[in-house]
Amino acid sequence: MRWARENLFRSWPETIATLLVLWLLWKTIPPFIDWAFLDAVWRPDSKACRASEGACWGFVAEKHRFILFGTYPYELHWRPALATVILIGLWVFSAFRAFWKSWLVAVWAVGLAVIGILMWGGVFGLRYVENERWGGLILTLLLTTFGIAAAFPLGILLALGRRSDMPVIRALSVGYIELIRGVPLISLLFMASVMLPLFLPSGVTIDKLLRAQIAIILFAAAYLAEVIRGGLQAIPKGQYDASHALALPFWRRTYLIILPQALRIAVPALVNNFIALFKDTSLVLIIGLFDLLSTVKISLNEPAWTGFGVEAYLIASLIYFVFCAAMSTYSKSFEVRR
Amino acid sequence: MIEMIKVNKYFAAFHVLKDIDLLVSRGEKVVVCGPSGSGKSTLIRLVNRLEEHQSGKVVVDGIELTDDVKKTDMVRREVGMVFQSFNLFPHLTVLQNLTLAPIWVKRVSRKEAEDTAMHFLARVRIPEQAHKYPSQLSGGQQQRVAIARALCMKPKLMLFDEPTSALDPEMIKEVLDVMVELAREGMTMMVVTHEMGFARTVADRVIFMDEGRIVEAAPPADFFSAPKTDRAKLFLSQVLGH
Amino acid sequence: MANLEERRIASGFGFLGRESGFEIGETVFMRYSASDSYARALVVGLTNTLAVSIIGVGIATVLGTFIGLSRLSGNFLLRNAAAAYVEFMRNVPLLVQLFFWYAVITEGMPGPREALSPFPGFFISNRGIFFPTFSGVPELQGFNFAGGGAISPEFAALLVGLATYTAAFIAEIVRAGVLAVHRGQTEAARALGLSRAQTTRLIVLPQALRVIVPPLTSQYLNLTKNSSLAVAIGYPDLVSIANTTMNQTGQAIEGIAIIMAVYLTISLSISAFMNWYNARIAFR
Repeated sequence: MRWARENLFRSWPETIATLLVLWLLWKTIPPFIDWAFLDAVWRPDSKACRASEGACWGFVAEKHRFILFGTYPYELHWRPALATVILIGLWVFSAFRAFWKSWLVAVWAVGLAVIGILMWGGVFGLRYVENERWGGLILTLLLTTFGIAAAFPLGILLALGRRSDMPVIRALSVGYIELIRGVPLISLLFMASVMLPLFLPSGVTIDKLLRAQIAIILFAAAYLAEVIRGGLQAIPKGQYDASHALALPFWRRTYLIILPQALRIAVPALVNNFIALFKDTSLVLIIGLFDLLSTVKISLNEPAWTGFGVEAYLIASLIYFVFCAAMSTYSKSFEVRR
Repeated sequence: MIEMIKVNKYFAAFHVLKDIDLLVSRGEKVVVCGPSGSGKSTLIRLVNRLEEHQSGKVVVDGIELTDDVKKTDMVRREVGMVFQSFNLFPHLTVLQNLTLAPIWVKRVSRKEAEDTAMHFLARVRIPEQAHKYPSQLSGGQQQRVAIARALCMKPKLMLFDEPTSALDPEMIKEVLDVMVELAREGMTMMVVTHEMGFARTVADRVIFMDEGRIVEAAPPADFFSAPKTDRAKLFLSQVLGH
Repeated sequence: MANLEERRIASGFGFLGRESGFEIGETVFMRYSASDSYARALVVGLTNTLAVSIIGVGIATVLGTFIGLSRLSGNFLLRNAAAAYVEFMRNVPLLVQLFFWYAVITEGMPGPREALSPFPGFFISNRGIFFPTFSGVPELQGFNFAGGGAISPEFAALLVGLATYTAAFIAEIVRAGVLAVHRGQTEAARALGLSRAQTTRLIVLPQALRVIVPPLTSQYLNLTKNSSLAVAIGYPDLVSIANTTMNQTGQAIEGIAIIMAVYLTISLSISAFMNWYNARIAFR
């Protein structure tokens, strides 16, 4: 009781606020529990779902394969499933600071090669599956992974360019960064998906997935550049002085001394960027790619299952939340240690 | 003026003040010294309840300090404090820093508050800085403004928590001069400091603390010439040696 | 360029003068019909974008400040409820949230005949939210409401989604701003006898604002850019209308250029304001 008095009812305005919050919780939580659990239908039976007042989790039971894997051939679902596990595994592996050595790159190369073989097939007796049929969680993860990976070198160049003494390079870097950061991602996706084909010689087409990936890379690079620039600015000036004094040429001292420190400082912000990019991949739905959100939305189109959008998007929220919250907790662990 | 009876304080599991008994009379000037970590700052912050004690009694000007917020505010109106890091309000001018509390706490009129403020600014010898912002003043000037700010509340007792420790050496004297004048005019003062010269000149009593306890308490003449405990002797040899 | 010629699309912005031929579901302050030009259609889109952005910014700021301060409160319930809110909203993509709110309104709300009425004259249904204005009160006619003012489900979903999402980020900014104020400031104020409320109002908040304003304007810009997701739920904002225009005329390059130019102008204006604000307070 003493705890309650000290933490909830210290003064009159606070007592009112506490009661208000309690009332709100009382009004929303029990009805939600009724809807989501007690009255819910768990069997994949759409008629039963429509008859019931509660949530229709049968929708998830029925459609979960499509939601996770998109239009990938049904009997081959073990391949994207395994690829997803490997990709998540690679990320978890990279999270441990103990593994930040140069052979990590080799591990990634091998891992990505295996994922490529699993997804495309065509070798080792695996049936070929064109990437137009890829979809669901693996697509979201791949777009994010390659987005960040390819954006990284570009972002570093832009960050260094922005701090350069050469006016042309500086202007170009600033121009690029401000342009990309000033416009919504959707406009870049449109640009890639609609404009890019127009500029190519007739007969040459770029794969739609690649177009979206390019847009995401260009987008991520501008934001990464600012994060890296923050890291570069946070290094004590003495480091720059010392490396100059050692007469190292520009690229060597940047690579050996400046960048490792800048990147280490920037890790929490980099992880936040990764989380943001992971969420942003959901926009490829708008240009017709089948990422995780898209598969959820499309599975609602089947007449038997229309009208259960609330359940569908709650499930989508849950999946995204699990990934993002895990990454966010990881990012916070850096702030505590240092 | 200040009474502490069997006071104990903990920071979580760390026992920072152990069985403190202290009596400070009106008009008395007490200097608290000791090695770092001895609890001197914590002790002085108990007086205006910037820190809370877990056991024992703290009575200031007849009012016992407890969880009662009203009593705490009453005490704070009568006790002025000067901090090591000045803590001037950067978004207000010097004059506004001085008039803020009298206007909002003592409900004094703006004219009266400004008159009082200019009076004390003159006392600390920087009346011309009234309309500047703290960031435009030197460290010594800022600390003098901080003293003036505390004085504008016409306190019965002044607390000083290492007032010169954050100052460059050439500015320490100007602040100490103001404090000496204040002492000569009869203000009750409790000062945590390393400035032993000040202690010798002004203090009625020197209190030496070590590891959370008051180890020695004596008039400065006795303390500096003939310290009784080994710890006090060690401390004095380190501080006065250089 | 051969590809372009193959499709025989005339480059240039001449198409803007042509008649658009499509209707726009909702407009703010502007009158528009299918016989108006593409240029006018795009301007309508812009006003729609600005409408939802400005209202969204207002709601998000109020809500975000409340939640941010709650996270600092001594009250256990308030603090943790606010923390849970922020955690959830920041870890779910905005597009998912928009679809969710749209589903709540179009599937979860009753039809106009059984519309919810929390206050007299206000009606919430799956066809939109209706409220009384100076020109009239909404009344049920047939299958829908007529008279008074109306907010379409699309606008409502977009507004709620944008405001609640951005509020979570604003809450963190407000919290960081208050925490950035030196503890010594609070101590000095309390030592002078100022009450908790006076200390917050006179000492903490003014100093916190300096730290809050730069990232806050950044969030305002984000909200405006995020309003472009309207195209996914059918609200006729600038991007939606530009998209329709591009589909009809094939002028993709010009359309995208217009979108980017408009957003770039908005973001550069906000940047300029930010620089002006920083210069102004830096003098202190």
